[in-house]
Amino acid sequence: MDIFLQQVVNGLTLGAVYAIVALGYTMVYGIIQLINFAHGEVVMIGAMVALSVINLLADSGLPPLVVVLTGAACAIPVCMLVAYAMERLAYRPLRRAPRLAPLITAIGVSIILQHLAMLVWSRNVLAFPQIIDTRVYNFAGAVITNVQIAILLSCVALMAALAWLVYRTRLGTAMRATAQNPQVAGLMGIDANRVIATTFLIGAALAAIAGVMVGTYYGVAQYTMGSILGLKAFSAAVLGGIGNIPGAMLGGVLLGVVEALGAGYIGSLTDLCSYPVISGWLGARCAGGGHFVLFGSNYQDVFAFAVLILVLVFRPSGLLGERVGDRA
Amino acid sequence: MSAGARRKGVLFWGGVALVAAVLIVLPFAVTQIGTTWVRVTNLALLYVMLALGLNIVVGFAGLLDLGYIAFYGVGAYTYALLASPQFGLHLPFWVILPIGAAIAALFGVLLGAPTLKLRGDYLAIVTLGFGEIIRIFLNNLAQPVNITNGPQGVYRIDPFRLDGLNFATNQKILGLEFSGPIKYYYLLIVFVALIIGINLRLQNSRIGRAWEAIREDEVAARAMGINTTKLKLLSYAMGATFGGLAGGVFAAIQEFISPESFVLVESILVVSMVVLGGMGNVWGVVLGAVLLSFVPEILRFSVAPVQQALFGRMLIEPEVIRMLLFGFAMVLVMLFRPAGLLPSAVRKRELTERR
Amino acid sequence: MQQPKFGISLLVAASALALAGCGEEKKPEPAKTQAQAPAVPTIEIKIGHVAPLTGGIAHLGKDNENGARLAIDQANAAKIMIGGKLAHFELLAEDDQADPKVATTVAQKLVDAKVAGVDGHLNSGTTIPASAIYHQAGVPMITGSATNPMLTEQGFDNVFRVVGRDDQQGPAIASYLAATDKPKVVAVIDDATAYGQGLADEVAKTLKAAGIKVLAREKGTDKTTDWKAVLTKIKGEKPDAVFYGGMDATGGPLIKQGKELGLDAVYAFGDGACTDKMAELAGQAAEGMLCSQAGIPPQAASKSFLDAYKAKFNTDPILYAPFTYDAANLLIEAMREAGSAEPAKYLPTLHKISYMGATGRIEFDAKGDRKDAEITIFSMKSGKIAPIAVVKSGKTMTYDEFLKGMGGAK
Repeated sequence: MDIFLQQVVNGLTLGAVYAIVALGYTMVYGIIQLINFAHGEVVMIGAMVALSVINLLADSGLPPLVVVLTGAACAIPVCMLVAYAMERLAYRPLRRAPRLAPLITAIGVSIILQHLAMLVWSRNVLAFPQIIDTRVYNFAGAVITNVQIAILLSCVALMAALAWLVYRTRLGTAMRATAQNPQVAGLMGIDANRVIATTFLIGAALAAIAGVMVGTYYGVAQYTMGSILGLKAFSAAVLGGIGNIPGAMLGGVLLGVVEALGAGYIGSLTDLCSYPVISGWLGARCAGGGHFVLFGSNYQDVFAFAVLILVLVFRPSGLLGERVGDRA
Repeated sequence: MSAGARRKGVLFWGGVALVAAVLIVLPFAVTQIGTTWVRVTNLALLYVMLALGLNIVVGFAGLLDLGYIAFYGVGAYTYALLASPQFGLHLPFWVILPIGAAIAALFGVLLGAPTLKLRGDYLAIVTLGFGEIIRIFLNNLAQPVNITNGPQGVYRIDPFRLDGLNFATNQKILGLEFSGPIKYYYLLIVFVALIIGINLRLQNSRIGRAWEAIREDEVAARAMGINTTKLKLLSYAMGATFGGLAGGVFAAIQEFISPESFVLVESILVVSMVVLGGMGNVWGVVLGAVLLSFVPEILRFSVAPVQQALFGRMLIEPEVIRMLLFGFAMVLVMLFRPAGLLPSAVRKRELTERR
Repeated sequence: MQQPKFGISLLVAASALALAGCGEEKKPEPAKTQAQAPAVPTIEIKIGHVAPLTGGIAHLGKDNENGARLAIDQANAAKIMIGGKLAHFELLAEDDQADPKVATTVAQKLVDAKVAGVDGHLNSGTTIPASAIYHQAGVPMITGSATNPMLTEQGFDNVFRVVGRDDQQGPAIASYLAATDKPKVVAVIDDATAYGQGLADEVAKTLKAAGIKVLAREKGTDKTTDWKAVLTKIKGEKPDAVFYGGMDATGGPLIKQGKELGLDAVYAFGDGACTDKMAELAGQAAEGMLCSQAGIPPQAASKSFLDAYKAKFNTDPILYAPFTYDAANLLIEAMREAGSAEPAKYLPTLHKISYMGATGRIEFDAKGDRKDAEITIFSMKSGKIAPIAVVKSGKTMTYDEFLKGMGGAK
């Protein structure tokens, strides 16, 4: 039972990161019905910029928290700039084109960003300097580190801040109005272009923070880290209901927990040798502690996709319902 | 027939004869530079087959499939498993290729069926997911039962053999030196010509027009009595068939395959070939595939020494330039010429009218 | 309506041909050494070398190329006579990007250029498909770093290897682990790549044969950074040791997270994770980890090689350079002994050769593998990997004993 709790802790941390990235996807999709394929790359750029800054400051003697925060503070404007350029140059001209066009553009932008990052930071896996003293806390047989706690708390704080922004400020109302119906919002005096640009900027800031979290938590960064993370985070957004901000948070956390529990248990569940009747048929294969595992942890990545496909096929609007306006 | 029409007819067939002559002589001319370039041409022809297959799904029926390379993989592995030491089976290629194509078509239907109700962008993500799932399965079906040999890949795949004609060795036929790649070249040209022929006929047939209707407005098409389900599945199946066929030839040419060759990047590559060339236009797609296969190779040969000469070292690797080229091609084409280089008239109208 | 399209395709074909022709001429000219005065008849011999010169392991590829280049330059300076003619060697260095498709293209290119022999490639995944092309053309090929057993199991008589195989490396580290730490339960993890899985399979086999309980195989991918789920599951089974077949990029996070989770076991890795980078990635967690490398550590290679390498390239060899150096020299030596640079003539000599290289005495067995290849076991001490033992012909000796045995090498 203690590893179950541990797996849940692992899953929650993973899920919190997915949630923050999913928020970026869901906000952009909600407002302009575009899957921003390049969002994962923005997370990666955030991690890389933070890495460079942290590397510079690692030996300066500043307390680790300050170093990390400085890294984040430098990553956020860079990511915002990248996102703004993306929106302005690649997506805005295609606002009225049929859906295929911006989707393909987004893929193109993602490839460009990935390879530009590779030129700047090289292909190698880069290590984050080990400046944070990892302190481990035991409870109920499970282990949680201070970094994990920091991530969970920051994610909760960020989600609360975003919820406040979207539901309690004028900007948030403008965003929701533009998402619902851009034309009418325009008639009400809302500058759709500015609102959309702001949405991208907020998403980028969240992406930068997520990048810093991922970098410090795992200690590695590579130019390819954005793509698979992006795909999973998008799956999480769809799981919760695209365009729906609480949905993205729920979807992210749920997906993280499913992945962790899946990787942890599906191997044992599908180990045919552990079922007495079947292991009898398999005879020699199971003798002497052998294993006949059908689906092991090698299928981890499949879970995210499988969840996504199942949700889209059986409940296309996601768990909490989608919130997308009509595209003109 | 009027004099003008007859002249046009003569010009047309003259043109065809000229192109055919060039294509027939091409491998021998290219071999003078090096057999490597015949190999490059063969890989380009494989991409042409893939692009033509994807064109049916994306261009004709308007379904954005980002997992297309999975069918290439299915075809390749079918050939590999039936003609290698993996299971000890060594069936002849003319038996396996149709089987591979059929299995790919089956997968096309299986992967297409759940996606019928999805709209454009969700469809893209789900097909992407399917493509990845197939690759992960190919990579992991070595345990508990060894089917695909996992990441190690399948080795010593039989080349094509046809009584006396071994496609992997150099043989002298009619006094001419036919290297392995040259033989595969002719086979590929035949396949490409066949696929182009089928595509052109499809485009102007009832099925092609039904696809066009679905692409333009699915609800209206259904109201007109078109069985959208059947037709969408047909487009997936046909596209997958060509992909599976290409996969079988690929496995035989390389005599080795591994899941590494069927990653997401390859799917995106084929999509960019279709998009760049002109979605829905068969000739455009061929052009797109040829350009995006040859230009990076040519760049690789010319860019490296230029950089060495100018800067004394490699600033930007050819591989990176190639990927940046793809990325920029996709963005720029969508911004300025969204219907592609050789647009189909219909597509052009559709993509440019609401700007 | 069709003419313009035909015109365009013709133009494309023609320009492709023209550019291809131009492209070939613009290829970089390989380094030429001093011109020979034509008083004595000379013979030009081309030797190919292939490794990834771009991409994630480009530094290792360059290292390999340097080893081959050093051998070629030394051979040219030594004015070797082959069959009565003064031999002038030329190194055709190519980049295969660690991609099987590119590797076959490049192999064909070398065959077209009529090389007398090939020193390469680096990865097993590229060497194996390329070997088929070399076999077709009858060109002998020696690899200094491809460790997958399949390479020499194909039955190609022109394929040789001067480095140990994964099915020697796996048992070596597994037996060392079993003998030294005496674990009762071992967890084996791999990264689902050809290399990682192959090595992990060998380790698991050896451990099972020694009567040790091996847990069900866990896998990641070559990009996995979050190992917590897998490690938590393993922790529940309380293993004494954990073996990971994979690269340092994924191995570093693995050991770091393992220690964080409180999975206190002996961690062992293969040569992919046997680098100082592990300390960079995992910090203190990497201390005391075990790992193996196929072959001898670069520091143990013959002094004359190390000095010559340092003098020429201004840096120390990284990993396999001594092996590619030996491979090139083996080709040259076989040609010299056979009196001919023609593959058909010097191949039999190559099979029977006995040569003292920078990595020790080299002889080939019937499959083309090196007889008595060494495997070195390392341990991480103070952030650097340090050799602690060498396994040769099934016998384990400490590193110091091994060095004493190597003393007096060329």
